[in-house]
Amino acid sequence: MNANIHRRTELELTAGRTARRILYFAVLIFLLLACILISVNVGSVGVSLRDILAALGSDEGGIAGVIRDIRIPRVCMAVMVGANLAVSGVLLQCVMNNPMADPGVTGISSGASVVVLIITMYLPMHTSMIPVWGFAGGVLACILIYSLAWKHGLSAVRVILAGVAVNSVLGGVTSMISLLNSEELSGVLNWLNGELGKKSWTQVRIMAVYTCIGLFLSFLLPRCCDLLSLGDKNTKSLGYDPNVLRIVISAAAVLLAGISTAYVGVIGFIGLVVPHISRMLMGSEHKYLIPFAALMGAVILLAADTIARTIIAPYEIPVGVITTVCGGPFFLYLLRKDNKGYGD
Amino acid sequence: MEIRDLKFSYGDRAFIQGLNGHIEKGKVTTILGPNGCGKSTLLNLIVRQLKPQGGDIFLEGRSIQQMTAREISRKIAMVHQQNRAPADLTVERLVQFGRMPHQTMLSSRDEEGDEAVRWALKVTRMEKMKQKSVGRLSGGERQRAFIAMALAQKTDILFLDEPTTYLDIYYQMEILNLVRRLNREYGMTVVMVLHDINQAMQFSDDIIMIKEGRICYIGSVREGITVERLSEVYGIRAVIHESSENHCPYMIPLVS
Repeated sequence: MNANIHRRTELELTAGRTARRILYFAVLIFLLLACILISVNVGSVGVSLRDILAALGSDEGGIAGVIRDIRIPRVCMAVMVGANLAVSGVLLQCVMNNPMADPGVTGISSGASVVVLIITMYLPMHTSMIPVWGFAGGVLACILIYSLAWKHGLSAVRVILAGVAVNSVLGGVTSMISLLNSEELSGVLNWLNGELGKKSWTQVRIMAVYTCIGLFLSFLLPRCCDLLSLGDKNTKSLGYDPNVLRIVISAAAVLLAGISTAYVGVIGFIGLVVPHISRMLMGSEHKYLIPFAALMGAVILLAADTIARTIIAPYEIPVGVITTVCGGPFFLYLLRKDNKGYGD
Repeated sequence: MEIRDLKFSYGDRAFIQGLNGHIEKGKVTTILGPNGCGKSTLLNLIVRQLKPQGGDIFLEGRSIQQMTAREISRKIAMVHQQNRAPADLTVERLVQFGRMPHQTMLSSRDEEGDEAVRWALKVTRMEKMKQKSVGRLSGGERQRAFIAMALAQKTDILFLDEPTTYLDIYYQMEILNLVRRLNREYGMTVVMVLHDINQAMQFSDDIIMIKEGRICYIGSVREGITVERLSEVYGIRAVIHESSENHCPYMIPLVS
């Protein structure tokens, strides 16, 4: 009798958890679709879903042209970059076992942006290579910061401190390059602050290829991430080298953040805020956390971008400015909050 | 299991120098010694959490330096002193991690997996709590959950690093009785570090006594713990009596 009651509550518990997860996923998918529709609509006469599909299929100019060649690429870019940055944040937080790690704080974004800036300024070349340079820059910054912070393993505090130092050096380099090339400055300045507009379909397609690779890799990693969350000693006694896992997971994170930064510049705090909220809703199992964060990142960046281009229309604020202004206080909030739920 | 000429140092301070010893199969061996004498270090060297600077350890005649981490994890399970886990992880999911040595990073398929997890939960009496999250367990339950994870590895050898530290006497006894049962009923070789000499006398067959990185005694617990040796290793004065209840010796430290 007692055992029966017990079994039932147990089943209900598991069922409840699963149902909640499905519900959250459904809500997010709905929000994503709504955001896409709103974002395409905002700033002009109303367009229905059918108009959008018609615009995609046609090659007319006018409103259909605007939708097809300006708004839809922009929406695609926001969705991909949002997903990439959020997943990158989840992975980095797992590597460092600390909820304050993200591609911005760890210097990966600024590393990627400096290298891409140098390349576009001094060695302009085919656009398909730009994400590769972004990745290379991210890897360089990541190696630099990890080796500065390494002392019997990675400590989150040391990584963040090293990240601050590397970030400010890279910021200096960026300013220097911008000043030396002041005639081309305005476009660059917008890009540096994170800008999703003015993207061609070619760029969207290239981005899609790299995004698929990056997200595919990270969807292979949930078990590695879960294992690491049991701590280094347990990871070792279960037969895996925690530092090897860290390098593999970091590589995926740097790829995702690097390619995103290469095309749209530094967009801060998506990688910090989204993983945190996702973890509160989904729990710590990466099997659910990674896809959920990807979806939520897409929704939030798309929403932020829609706000960025409408709030003071006809002018535009770079979306990076919006995310930084909203994300900064959140970082302080995490700093104040104790991280009980996370590790110990 | 053979320990041969093991050397280890932290930085340039030589810590363990030329350890030799033998751990019997199918017995409960306890490593004893004062704080900072190298007990945990020795345990960690044997399971290769740490790498020795010299010497080697042989398991079933093979050097563990030549084994992969995965091979070792299929032969030796270890319960660490301090464990970390996400607070919302359920006990069952935690115990399933014990199957990692038998699975790959990409898939959790393994034939004996479910059976091993069920067995581990049963032996540690955690079945009823398997859906509870780790963050809501008491200290004793938490320790049992991590022991269950180690048991799910289905190894012949189990290492425990101070399994009773931070627990009150009830949970200490619960853990130690569990360890004894694992040894007597399931034939597991157990090696553990304990602080309590009386518990070591009750629950182990053999002891290894360490002082300042050297083994002072290795062998049967009855002959090992003497008044003289306690004074030599711990620097305490004590008397040893035999219980009329179960004929097990016990130790009472005296005012010096």
